[in-house]
Amino acid sequence: MEYTTVIKPKNRLFEVDFKEIWQYRDLFSMFVKKDIITQYKQTILGPAWYFIQPALTTIMYMVVFGGIAKISTDGLPQPLFYLAGIVCWQYFSDCLNKTASTFTTNQHIFGKVYFPRMIVPLSTVTSNLVRMGIQFLLFIGVYVYYLLSGVNVAPNAYILLLPLLVLMLAGLSLGFGVIISSLTTKYRDLTILFTFIVQLWMYATPVIYPLSTMSPDKQWIMAINPVTSILETFKYGMMGVGTFSWGMLAYSFVFMVVLMGIGIVVFNKVQRSFMDTV
Amino acid sequence: MTAIEFENISKQYRLGLVSTRTLSHDLNRWWKMNILGKEDPYLKIGEVNDRAHKGTSEYVWALKDINFKVEQGDVIGIIGKNGAGKSTLLKILSKVTTPTTGTIRAKGRIASLLEVGTGFHPEMTGRENIFMNGAIMGMTKAEINAKLDEIIEFAGVERYIDTPVKRYSSGMTVRLGFSIAAHLEPEILVVDEVLAVGDAEFQKKAIGKMQDVSKGDGRTVLFVSHNMGAVRNLCNKAVVLVDGSVAFEGETEQGISFYLNNKLESYNQISAAELVAKSRVKGYGMDVAFQSVGFEQDSDSFYTNDEIVLVCKFKGNRKTENIRINGTIFNNEEQAIGGWFGSDLFDINENEEKTIRIRLKNHKLTIGGYLVSLSVGKGNFAEGMLDYDVVHQVAKFNIVGFDSKELIGYSVWNSRWGNVLFDVDYRSI
Repeated sequence: MEYTTVIKPKNRLFEVDFKEIWQYRDLFSMFVKKDIITQYKQTILGPAWYFIQPALTTIMYMVVFGGIAKISTDGLPQPLFYLAGIVCWQYFSDCLNKTASTFTTNQHIFGKVYFPRMIVPLSTVTSNLVRMGIQFLLFIGVYVYYLLSGVNVAPNAYILLLPLLVLMLAGLSLGFGVIISSLTTKYRDLTILFTFIVQLWMYATPVIYPLSTMSPDKQWIMAINPVTSILETFKYGMMGVGTFSWGMLAYSFVFMVVLMGIGIVVFNKVQRSFMDTV
Repeated sequence: MTAIEFENISKQYRLGLVSTRTLSHDLNRWWKMNILGKEDPYLKIGEVNDRAHKGTSEYVWALKDINFKVEQGDVIGIIGKNGAGKSTLLKILSKVTTPTTGTIRAKGRIASLLEVGTGFHPEMTGRENIFMNGAIMGMTKAEINAKLDEIIEFAGVERYIDTPVKRYSSGMTVRLGFSIAAHLEPEILVVDEVLAVGDAEFQKKAIGKMQDVSKGDGRTVLFVSHNMGAVRNLCNKAVVLVDGSVAFEGETEQGISFYLNNKLESYNQISAAELVAKSRVKGYGMDVAFQSVGFEQDSDSFYTNDEIVLVCKFKGNRKTENIRINGTIFNNEEQAIGGWFGSDLFDINENEEKTIRIRLKNHKLTIGGYLVSLSVGKGNFAEGMLDYDVVHQVAKFNIVGFDSKELIGYSVWNSRWGNVLFDVDYRSI
């Protein structure tokens, strides 16, 4: 019989065992299930919270940004505009926050058994998808309501890009998240900064305002943020307003692919020794 | 056939806090290795991991050049004092952490029982957790489904299987965790101290299961425990780790006696005051504190018929009245075999130092090594007790024979016969 397990001090930088991740696919689905069923256990309202949270946030935005600050919504009804932004941004920031603490929150498990650590952030991104799906239904409800009451929301062919947009949000949050979690195992400084950054990031993304409020020659600055084009494309495809360009979307896509690549390599390197430094 | 091969396994840890100066060390290491192409500058330094002495280097070797082979079907006991590197070795084997140098080669799936019940989610039911935990250990859903009934039955938790695990007693959690792991059917099973928990009945079941695993199916088990009884029952080979190196490798019985002798020897190497400080149970020694514990005789070797006289010095940090000294004696397998309650009460003033002699008369202890734990305190069972200082296994002594005059007789005492020689008298009636 051949040696099937070899334990060595260091892996080469690009030695990522994708086959192993595939072997642990059942664990992946268990983690997804766990995330979903444990989130609202012992709450009276249970999964209803999936609706209540975005609804409350929308109302808050309507009061603060729409009512008091009077920020433009590109001519769309305020609930629809904010909800669109919230559904996308909430998914992105939830994934980001959760994957960014992968190592620190799971150290009690990681310290005891081995399994490919990548399973954890992957399952986080997937389980949040369910939540996003439910919130998307809320959005659709509001959307249909306005459609029927004759408000000019014009869906167009770009709506077909929706799966790609979700994939890109998932990829970006996963990439950023695993890089942050790898960097924070040893030096915790970043964790403190990080919560701050995510908050600021929302304001650098067209969630509460449309990109069109900026003058066209300055829009490229906003588009450096890879999340910008995803949100704008989403609004454009669903409601026919917003700024869409293939160039910006392609930029975000390439950004995501590169980021994921870096993230996987860094994460893979850190996962083998993090128990000694965490 | 070799199942696992450890080759030059070493593990270095950095002591102290990770943070201050970590960055400068990291940069230095990166500079030397990646820019100048030299070896890791911190690999050459580092000391043997002896926790009792303060070292000079920030780096210690938790494991140093571990080399041994495990044959398939062996149940190998890994024994050593706390901090000898047992857990580090198992952690490397279960891929939780990586070795600093060296390679381990193994044939087949390795499953570890490093504290069972890992990854149990308190909000999920027992059944859900079986799937979860099994998946963490590398089982597929189909494999778990096939064994589900067996797992539940072995753990004995049928009634609670659809209740969240947070409602389980700690014993039930452990039983369920062990049961899952035991049904994993890995080629190599790594077990760390699971038997410390769970009731006697379950411990027996667990030991039985592990024996089945190795004997019936020819699978390999690595077993780490402080319980020499369990090691003796289970293992056919033993490896003794001392300060991160393999000090002994071979038969179980020889390994156990090597370990026990090694452990007792360490008592001779440090001063009485240091020994007291080292054996003090955390949080004690405030109002009244032991300062040294020793024997009136110069030697620590006695005969069964000898009186053993303990001399303990202690100091009052506050005026305390009506205190007494209790003690417990352990055999060298760390099982308590007896003790006493001090009936003579005395007082101590602030900053007063007192020396007390304790005479163990007619103890009837048989050949072997023994350890003494002492406590100084107040009160009794009826009124409640308060201990001021507790020193665990602060002194050791050997019984080398039965009587200095009587050289024949029981000079070969088998430890399986127990630790006490009863004074019997029989005649025909």
